[in-house]
Amino acid sequence: MKATDYLRRLGHFVTDRLWRLGFASRFLLMTVLYSGTALKRFQLTIREIYFTGVLSLIIILVSGLFVGMVLGLQGYDTLQRYGSSEALGILVALSLVRELGPVVAALLFASRAGSAITAEIGLMKATEQLSAMEMMAVNPIARVVAPRFWAGVISMPLLAALFSAMGVFGGYLVGVQLIGVDEGSFWSQMQAAVDFRQDVLNGVIKSVVFGALVSWIAVFEGYDAEPTAEGVSGATTRTVVTSSLAILAADFVLTAFMFRGV
Amino acid sequence: MKNGIAPDVIIRAALMDTSPAHPDPLVEIRDLNFAYDRRPVLTGINMTIPRGKVVAIMGLSGCGKTTTLRLIGGQLKPTSGTVRVAGKLVHELDDEGLYALRRRMGMLFQFGALFTDMSVYDNVAFPLREHTALPEELIHDLVLMKLNAVGLRGAHHLMPSELSGGMARRVALARAIALDPLLIMYDEPFAGLDPISLSIVGELIRKLNDALGISSIVVTHDVQESLKIVDYVYFMAAGQVVAEGTAEDIRCAEEPFVHQFIWGEPDGPVNFHYPARPYGDELMEQPTKPRPWWT
Amino acid sequence: MNRAAIDLWVGIFVALGLGALLFLALKVGNLAATDVGETYALTARFDNIGGLKVRAPVKSAGVVVGRVGEIRFDPENYVALVSLQIDKRYQFPRDTFATINTSGLLGEQYVGFEPGGDSEMLKAGDEVKKTQSAMVLEKLISQFMFNKAAEDGKQ
Repeated sequence: MKATDYLRRLGHFVTDRLWRLGFASRFLLMTVLYSGTALKRFQLTIREIYFTGVLSLIIILVSGLFVGMVLGLQGYDTLQRYGSSEALGILVALSLVRELGPVVAALLFASRAGSAITAEIGLMKATEQLSAMEMMAVNPIARVVAPRFWAGVISMPLLAALFSAMGVFGGYLVGVQLIGVDEGSFWSQMQAAVDFRQDVLNGVIKSVVFGALVSWIAVFEGYDAEPTAEGVSGATTRTVVTSSLAILAADFVLTAFMFRGV
Repeated sequence: MKNGIAPDVIIRAALMDTSPAHPDPLVEIRDLNFAYDRRPVLTGINMTIPRGKVVAIMGLSGCGKTTTLRLIGGQLKPTSGTVRVAGKLVHELDDEGLYALRRRMGMLFQFGALFTDMSVYDNVAFPLREHTALPEELIHDLVLMKLNAVGLRGAHHLMPSELSGGMARRVALARAIALDPLLIMYDEPFAGLDPISLSIVGELIRKLNDALGISSIVVTHDVQESLKIVDYVYFMAAGQVVAEGTAEDIRCAEEPFVHQFIWGEPDGPVNFHYPARPYGDELMEQPTKPRPWWT
Repeated sequence: MNRAAIDLWVGIFVALGLGALLFLALKVGNLAATDVGETYALTARFDNIGGLKVRAPVKSAGVVVGRVGEIRFDPENYVALVSLQIDKRYQFPRDTFATINTSGLLGEQYVGFEPGGDSEMLKAGDEVKKTQSAMVLEKLISQFMFNKAAEDGKQ
């Protein structure tokens, strides 16, 4: 193969990706524009919150607990070398509230709920349910896509907060109950160091952004899926891969904006 | 199936102004061309669907039958030519006009396309709830009437996954007539059905058409079943209409392709063999394809 | 799943999530601490603020009584102009001494108030006149080395 062939392929690849990005952006715009139904008949969205949020609760709570417990163990091991094991609370809380809570919860959400949304919408497309809806003069973006999108945006910050809270509790269990760090200094040092606006609120903002990203990717991949069994399974995989990468990339950008050390 | 149609349906049919006597045809397709990415799918299609008739579009898989349905439903836009439904040019309507027109069309998809997360009852109620503000009591009555018309009133509590293929299609039919359409389009309604379900669905298509005074378009390749029920047939091959006529005309058509299709002959204008190099030459050669390394 | 059950579960979910947020805000974070109450502003000039940050605590006798509001450079006198948001409940005499301290050897820096004996109190907008700059570790070390070298030279 000649060099020009490689070049042409690269060009094809790039234009193809750009075309998809453009289509996905137009799709997001349409989703937002057609959100009237999802908000007016909020029952539609509540039902999707059940499927995305409530059904992700167990995995989020359990993972949060374990991540917090590991942070407690590892954090203590490092901190006690410098004789500052009371700072364990700060370490656990800050790493959870700023980073691990929003990011890990979003990654779990992408693989638990995002893939389910893609598979569901993809299957609806493959079995012509979306076409049938269109032929019944019901806009599938308004009726199927928008409620799932908003459910994701609403669920994500709540799940991230639960993850962080559970993690802090896990860190407390290991640090205070198991290892025996002083309980008073664990909490008071944490409270002194964790700022509501700077840390907690920024974490919430992050998780809202991640929720919108994951939901966007999930509904788009489902809607754009090849209407076959292979197409749907491929789209599901793409949802998890793309949204994981998007979460981590967006996390870097957001962190760079938020914590530049005022 | 004599008693399959609810009396209300028959009474209402008499009140509607969609009788076969209405002069202009319901669907009129003129010089229609359609291409996907410059690959022509349909070329020079002319079709007329008169009011009150059941019209079949037949042909091999991939000859553009379903595409024609999608063009009538406004899900695709023609490259050139016109599609007129109930006097309106489908491809020139805005979203609102198109949705208003679609409320007067029912479409039955190949495998029913029932919403898998809703019960049979809610599936039939779906278009009513989306497009009307009727109270639930009235919707309840309407849903049971529509389900009764397809003989599945007793199955209203089932989920789509609990239905057989024929039942799913009948439920989808009940859903398609929920808003009293002018036109019902059937996309391969006979595919994959057992003989009994086949004749039930076939008879339903005819009876609903006559009782509701509507028009029907049936896209199919099931010759024997559809010729029993249709008034007129369009034959398509490679994106063109190659023959048309009444069921009787088609049965005794001389055209070799139509003849082969109707009588299901394995060889004819449509070859059994995919185009290939001479058999002898190919056998004499050494195999050029190595065995895949992973087998 | 009927509507009532889904509503109940979503309700539980939202309540739990908001509860977790509240927990993060109050128990983990410092929303409940100090700056909920109303404050009044004081200013202070320091030659060098070291590593003092906006929202760093102002402490008197070790108790947090306020926060650093804004830090600016005064181009006329070449000093740092720091505004301090002090809790309305606390009044300080006019001759209060403001210092920049470090909690622990390497901890964060805060503003310490040492009240004097004046009977008149500081009012909103007043300036704390007596200030002491941050101790900069490098300066202390170099000073120590210099002195040491000078002593060695004498001998």
